[in-house]
Amino acid sequence: MPKKIAITGIGIVSSIGMNLEETRASLLNKKHGIGKITVLDSIHKDGFVLGEIKKDHKALLELAGVDETTAYSRTALLGIIAARQAYLDANLSEKTDRKTGLVSASTVGGMDRSELYYKNFLQQEASYKEYIDTHHAGNSTEMVAHALNIKDYISTISTACSSSLNSIMFGARLIKNEVVDRVVVGGTDGLSKFTLNGFNTLMILDKSHCRPFDATRAGLNLGEGAAYLVLEDAAKARAEKKHIYGLVSGYANANDAHHQTASSSDGKGPYLAMKNAIDEAGLRPEDIDYINVHGTGTENNDLTEGVAMKRLFGDQLPDFSSTKAYTGHTLGAAGVIETIISIISLNTHTIFPNINFNNTIEEIDIKPVDEVKSVDTINHILTNSFGFGGNDSSLVISKPELT
Amino acid sequence: MKQMKAYINGLGMVSPQAMGDVSNYFAKGTTDEEPMLQIEKPNYRDYIHPKQLRRMSKVVRIGMVGAKIAMEKAAIEQPDSIITATGMGCQADTEKFLNAMIDNNEGLLNPTAFIQSTHNTIGAQIALHLGNHNYNFTYVHRTFSFESALLDAMMQLSEKTANHILVGGIDEITEESWKIKTQIDYYKKKGVSASRFSDDQQPGAVAGEGSAFFMLSSEKNNTTLAVLEAVDTFFNPESQEETETRIKHFLAENELSADEVDLVLLGNNGDAVYDAIYEQLAETLFSNTPTTTFKQYCGEYDTAASFGMGLASMLLHTQQLPKDLMQNAKIDLPLKNILIYNQFRNTNHSLILLNA
Repeated sequence: MPKKIAITGIGIVSSIGMNLEETRASLLNKKHGIGKITVLDSIHKDGFVLGEIKKDHKALLELAGVDETTAYSRTALLGIIAARQAYLDANLSEKTDRKTGLVSASTVGGMDRSELYYKNFLQQEASYKEYIDTHHAGNSTEMVAHALNIKDYISTISTACSSSLNSIMFGARLIKNEVVDRVVVGGTDGLSKFTLNGFNTLMILDKSHCRPFDATRAGLNLGEGAAYLVLEDAAKARAEKKHIYGLVSGYANANDAHHQTASSSDGKGPYLAMKNAIDEAGLRPEDIDYINVHGTGTENNDLTEGVAMKRLFGDQLPDFSSTKAYTGHTLGAAGVIETIISIISLNTHTIFPNINFNNTIEEIDIKPVDEVKSVDTINHILTNSFGFGGNDSSLVISKPELT
Repeated sequence: MKQMKAYINGLGMVSPQAMGDVSNYFAKGTTDEEPMLQIEKPNYRDYIHPKQLRRMSKVVRIGMVGAKIAMEKAAIEQPDSIITATGMGCQADTEKFLNAMIDNNEGLLNPTAFIQSTHNTIGAQIALHLGNHNYNFTYVHRTFSFESALLDAMMQLSEKTANHILVGGIDEITEESWKIKTQIDYYKKKGVSASRFSDDQQPGAVAGEGSAFFMLSSEKNNTTLAVLEAVDTFFNPESQEETETRIKHFLAENELSADEVDLVLLGNNGDAVYDAIYEQLAETLFSNTPTTTFKQYCGEYDTAASFGMGLASMLLHTQQLPKDLMQNAKIDLPLKNILIYNQFRNTNHSLILLNA
């Protein structure tokens, strides 16, 4: 009998809340985090809106409770704050001989500091050189590992916007294969000018609030955040009477193999990711009660994802919504943030709306849930994360009492 | 955990050494003239269409070449999984976009460098080239990157979700990243010839780069070079004793004592401060085990252990022990197993065990 994977701890920071409770309240109250740029020092300050965490570097240092003489990137600080919440929530600080791992995802690493000091780094006698190493994607993971004293297994994944769904998947497999007994999994990405300008050159940023799955959608809004789950063997967690938020029951990763940044018109990659994740969970498409879609709000993504969903679910498309208009697209943190939103849905029997939806996309003719909706039955949720390089991942989260 | 062994059925490497078999592999070592060891450029057109080639940065090119050779050697056209490992990813494109953004004060930017700056570009380009829709992952954790990729592959073989898995380690060195990392003593400012590798007093390592791809398969066949038995990593040991204990434990899990290891490839990189860890082990745990080093032939980079594993695979396959590599180590053939032990500044430690 393969092990069931239980979620026993949650930590989350994003533009809609600095912990689980705040996040839940924002979701219920339709309070989104997209607005004028006030923290990131960019010439695009008045040109775009972002899902910023309204804390500057100093404020994050304080919140993270770390030694201010050590150099930290924004990505690392957000990671520490969120991972510590998850760690404490699952009582991992208690002394044990169990092997504990950390798998974190990041797309941008410490770019927020590198872009500030890069020219200083290049001088004959560099200044700010304590920040040089914070650039590495692995640095943010190691800073989290230091803060939580995790040593048995650590790794970092970077598969663009699907990164943190992949860290959940890899973490679950580490437990099933008995590499570790429990693992903190998730991702972190702080906003940087590098990312904002990069997405701007691709012309896929909406200058106003994004409108996922709407016919008039004009691009995405970037966001930032960090979120982590604690995963454990469900049987052990039950024996210890731990609170179980949900089960990671299925996952899959596939490649669209179509284009470096665009997705295919038939949605082959997304279709395979969703189908294989449902298969892995031992379920059928009709067992899925809700899909938290990737739904970035770009012309290309939403159409491809819609096509793939229709292909897999036919006329029996379950309730679905994109929550990116709440948080913005948090890149390396998106997969795990949306998994946590799905867990909240699972535990509160509430589907959170696809904010800003008004007009159905003609080609696919599907309508997301656009108001806070209470549901009687919600046992299995599918969540999607798709990224550059055709990296497509899907995860199935199930009610803990279902085995 | 008992790991599923993986047969190394194909190997493709781009390194500072000439392409080809093991006898060509020690032509180029680190020198006093060059501060870094760069790859010997393959004839890219033999592997990649000129139209695609134009758009690819060096790291993507060497990744593609390594991947294609490994697949060809193993006679596998479509791997069941593609797993890449890269510490720094697409360094040159990242620098290009970053410099342009700073120099132009966020104005007038070209998207190409940004598009290709993501760490998963190499794995994605391989999938795109093959039209491969299967599992595709990229690990980016410093000197754990390649080891994470190996562990993932071995778990997939054990889960029986894949039979042929393409795994590669790829990193490129650029002038700028070298310059920046000399500032924090990660790299040496001046080169050191291979013969003086172990007694240079400048801080830091000799920088390097490379690409090494492996086709890891569930079954042995006539292309099998060696067997990947196990991989393990550990983070931030508190003492040299803990490092020794972790290595002993790893060997014990694989039913070996230190004395039963035929050869240890150590990751010495010329940084006296951290090379002391290897030197101490050679005198204690491995005092009765032949040891040698490999980074004088590839330089230091996050995924350099993949070069070490490529080298070890060839040694086990050919059963030839070139004098240059072996230095003073004395070994009785046949060579049954090789342990690769690598560490980065005493934080990321890794162990890879291969059998003949």
